[in-house]
Amino acid sequence: MPIGDSIPLVGIRWDDVLFVVLSAALLGSALLVVTLRDIIRCGLALTASFASLAGIYVLLGNPLIAATQVLVYIGAISVLILFAVMLTQTKNAPVRLAFQTQAWFAALAAVVIAVVIAATVLATTWPSGGRRIWTVTADVAHLLFHEYVLPFEVVSVLLTAAVVGGVFLARREVKRPEEDRS
Amino acid sequence: MSNSLDSYLVLSGLLFAIGTFGFLGRRNAISMLMAIELMLNAVNLSVLAFGAFVPPLNTHAAVIALLVIAVAAAEATVGLAIVMAIYRNRKTPLVDEYDAMRE
Repeated sequence: MPIGDSIPLVGIRWDDVLFVVLSAALLGSALLVVTLRDIIRCGLALTASFASLAGIYVLLGNPLIAATQVLVYIGAISVLILFAVMLTQTKNAPVRLAFQTQAWFAALAAVVIAVVIAATVLATTWPSGGRRIWTVTADVAHLLFHEYVLPFEVVSVLLTAAVVGGVFLARREVKRPEEDRS
Repeated sequence: MSNSLDSYLVLSGLLFAIGTFGFLGRRNAISMLMAIELMLNAVNLSVLAFGAFVPPLNTHAAVIALLVIAVAAAEATVGLAIVMAIYRNRKTPLVDEYDAMRE
C-alpha cells in the first residue's frame, strides 16, 4: 500500500477525512439546490450532490451502487432535469419569487424532521458490528438474479411503461389537416 | 467517524430534511422534483448504510438500492413529462398558478 492508513503526524484516518469532506460537499450542494434563485444553477448543484453521494457510496464499500449512481443519476436524471429546465423556463419568469409564502414554515418543518431523525438515530442501539463490510458485486448479482428476479422483471416493465408514458405526455399535439375534409 | 452507522444515518436524515424544505418551500415545479430526488437519495443512503454495517443485510441492501434507483428514474421521467405537459397548457412552471381544479 503506497500511503498509510492514516495521515502521518496528525493521526487522523483517511476515511474520516474523506467522510467529512464528502458530507460537507453533499449537504452544501443540497442546500444550494433548495436555496438558489436561478433554477439552472439548482440543477448543476444537484449534479454535484449526486457526485458526492457516489463518493460516500464508495466509502461505504459499495462500488457497484456508486457506479450506478454516476450512470443513472449524473448521466441520465441530471441531463433530463436540465433539459426540462431549458424547455419550461420563460425568460421573464419572476426570479424574485422563488419560494412559496409558507417557506418559513417549511424550513421549520425541515428542522423539526432533522432533529427528530438525529435524536432517534442517536438514541437507538443499532445491531451493527461497528465496521464496514465490503460488498462483493458477484454476490449482489447472484442475489438479484435468483431471489429478486421477479422484482427485477417488474422494474423492467415499469421502466418501459414510464418511458412510453413520458413520451406520450410530453409530445406535442399534431394537427392532421385531412381530418377537416372528412 | 466513518466507521459508525450513526454518522451515516444522521447524514441521511439531514439530506432528507433539506429535501423536505425544498419540496414544501419552492414555487417551481422542477425545483420540487429536484427536492424529491434529494429525498430519494437520502433514503437510498440509509438503506446502503444499514447494508454496510449489518452483515446479514449486506447484499440485500445493494439489490434494494438498485431497484430504488430504477424506480426513481421512472418517477423522474413521468414527473418531468407531466410538468412539461402542464407548462404547454398553462405557460408557467409555478405550482401556485396551477389552480384549474380549485373551484
